[in-house]
Amino acid sequence: MNTNTYFKEYFDRLQSTDTKSGLGTIRQNAFDEFNKMGIPTLKQEAWKYTRISSLFEKDYQFTLNPEITSITASDIEAVRMPGHEQANELFFLNGLLSFSLSVIRSPQLIVQPLEEAATNEYQHIVKEHFGHSSDYIKDGINALNTALVHGGVFIHVKKGQLTEHPVYIYHLSDAGFSNTFSQPRSLVHVSENAGLQIVETFATIGRQESFTNQVIEIVVEKDARVEYYKIQNDSCVNSQVSTTHIRHIGKSYTNTVIISLDGNIVRNNLNIVFEADHCESHLYGLYCLNGHSHIDNHTIVDNVKPNCLSNTLYKGIVDDVATGIFNGKIFVRKDAQKTNAYQSNKNVLLSTGASVNTKPQLEIFADDVKCSHGCTVGSLDEEALFYLRSRGVDKDKARSLLLHAFAKDILENIKSEPIKMYVNQLISERLQIEIL
Amino acid sequence: MLKIQNLRAGIEGREILKGINLEIKAGEVHAIMGPNGSGKSTLASVLAGRETYEVLGGSVDYLGKDLLELSVEDRAREGLFLAFQYPVEIPGLSTTNFIKTAVNEARKYRGEDPLDAVAFLRLMKEKMALVNIDQSLLSRSLNEGFSGGEKKRNEIFQLAMLQPRLAILDETDSGLDIDAIRIVSNGINKLRNKDNAVLLVTHYQRLLDYIVPDFVHVLYNGRIVKSGPKELALELEERGYDFIKHDVGQFEEAL
Repeated sequence: MNTNTYFKEYFDRLQSTDTKSGLGTIRQNAFDEFNKMGIPTLKQEAWKYTRISSLFEKDYQFTLNPEITSITASDIEAVRMPGHEQANELFFLNGLLSFSLSVIRSPQLIVQPLEEAATNEYQHIVKEHFGHSSDYIKDGINALNTALVHGGVFIHVKKGQLTEHPVYIYHLSDAGFSNTFSQPRSLVHVSENAGLQIVETFATIGRQESFTNQVIEIVVEKDARVEYYKIQNDSCVNSQVSTTHIRHIGKSYTNTVIISLDGNIVRNNLNIVFEADHCESHLYGLYCLNGHSHIDNHTIVDNVKPNCLSNTLYKGIVDDVATGIFNGKIFVRKDAQKTNAYQSNKNVLLSTGASVNTKPQLEIFADDVKCSHGCTVGSLDEEALFYLRSRGVDKDKARSLLLHAFAKDILENIKSEPIKMYVNQLISERLQIEIL
Repeated sequence: MLKIQNLRAGIEGREILKGINLEIKAGEVHAIMGPNGSGKSTLASVLAGRETYEVLGGSVDYLGKDLLELSVEDRAREGLFLAFQYPVEIPGLSTTNFIKTAVNEARKYRGEDPLDAVAFLRLMKEKMALVNIDQSLLSRSLNEGFSGGEKKRNEIFQLAMLQPRLAILDETDSGLDIDAIRIVSNGINKLRNKDNAVLLVTHYQRLLDYIVPDFVHVLYNGRIVKSGPKELALELEERGYDFIKHDVGQFEEAL
């Protein structure tokens, strides 16, 4: 069966079974949008370097029930990240949240099926914030996630509460017997004066291919703080479009670090929207790629209100025939005076077959702002290499040390110790060095 | 220890060293002086193995080995140390971790076990005192944001940690004030013994007030045109390099 036909069938089935949640109209509108826009092609500016249409030519399996899977307990044990004993853990299986596997440790957290939250006392939050990312990402792939929204999660942090336990979100694809298509969806609401740390990761179990089209929308209220980490180290048979959309609706702080180490075709969208004065956000990214991996990072910082600060730093280490893409957009609206927005992208190419495309975009409509952007693409510093070698460190090791040093300032911005150590270990393995 | 014979080397097809002959024995300190552009730093770089330079001819015997055949790292592991004129800043790599790696790589090469944390710290403390370097500096990224003096002290500290047989100091005094020169020189003097040797490359005589050489060589236009005892340095200081150029001019004319 052709994938588009399947989308239609799946959509019809969802619409006929879910008549209560009130998500029906949202689904219908998004499905219309999807039909209008279709799957992005290279002709669209935002998808110029990343061709995902070929991924839709394959046959995929979709599931309606997360509990029917060939994923075993030991598979799950293997993907758990350090610090999980102290974490709230949410497991998405093939894009659907499994409540039976998930563990909630923090009493400050409300975790509910998204469809349920859309009908109960949280419905005003869902109504106001669900789907806001589509204002920023106008393409069929974002519309598709919303059109087929089902089995998603709603997370709410109560006012004034700091959750000492982070939320680990695992996106597992069961590709044991067939290719799997997943569309996880999350809406996170962090109330006034509350704090939350979120870590997302992805894993494909099995040898078939998986395609994950994920959207997480995070709403941050006044005086709230959010730490968001995403670790992409899934096998090279996994492709994904992963969108993180953060709305600062009150004076608030966010820190995001996105680490991409593996995957077939990976597209990350990270949007930061400052809808209040005096917000602050840090956007860090590291892509350390080899093989055929193709990783495309798009960031948007939209300064709607004045006096906000954003700092974007993405670094890339690209080897073999891998491709890294960075596209960083900063909007400064007319009213957003005194904006401070900084952006930088630095890349090291390790082979002649590796490539990087980097593109900063600034659209500034206010006149009293400080904005900067810069990008570099180069090879390893020969003088630094010679310096280390002249002290007796062999060439390969010197290379690894320099690359690790290059990645270090991204790593340092992971504020969770177990996650920092975990990422450091993954990077050190990739660069083949002993952990210093 | 080191025997350089008719060494010729250059960069991008341009010959800079036009036949260097020099022998250094264990326990000796040699100074190479000369005007800018004479080839001093090139000589230091070629000996350390900097790959941007091409060796065009001649030979270098170091402790019975063909130095020019050794990789950069093996030269270091065989006890050759180059203190850089411009030490490289490496953000993200802590000085301590780097030195630990370097020390243990050399030990591995010699078939020794790596130093454990306690032994390494003990060695570090001892050598830190030697060059007046502070622990806080060493826990920072390698040379990042260091002052000129701190960078040079860090070079000598690394030298002390690696205990080389032959130390080549490339313009170590450049950019240093008198106090810093004194500290750096004291460090080097304390490290001198009958088994190691020092090759000082310098433009000015003032470093030689603190590290007294056994021999002074004047490099000019890619050749050693004059060698002599330490007094030669004083003569150069007094008369400038012009008299050398004059002498060499007459010499070359005579040819």
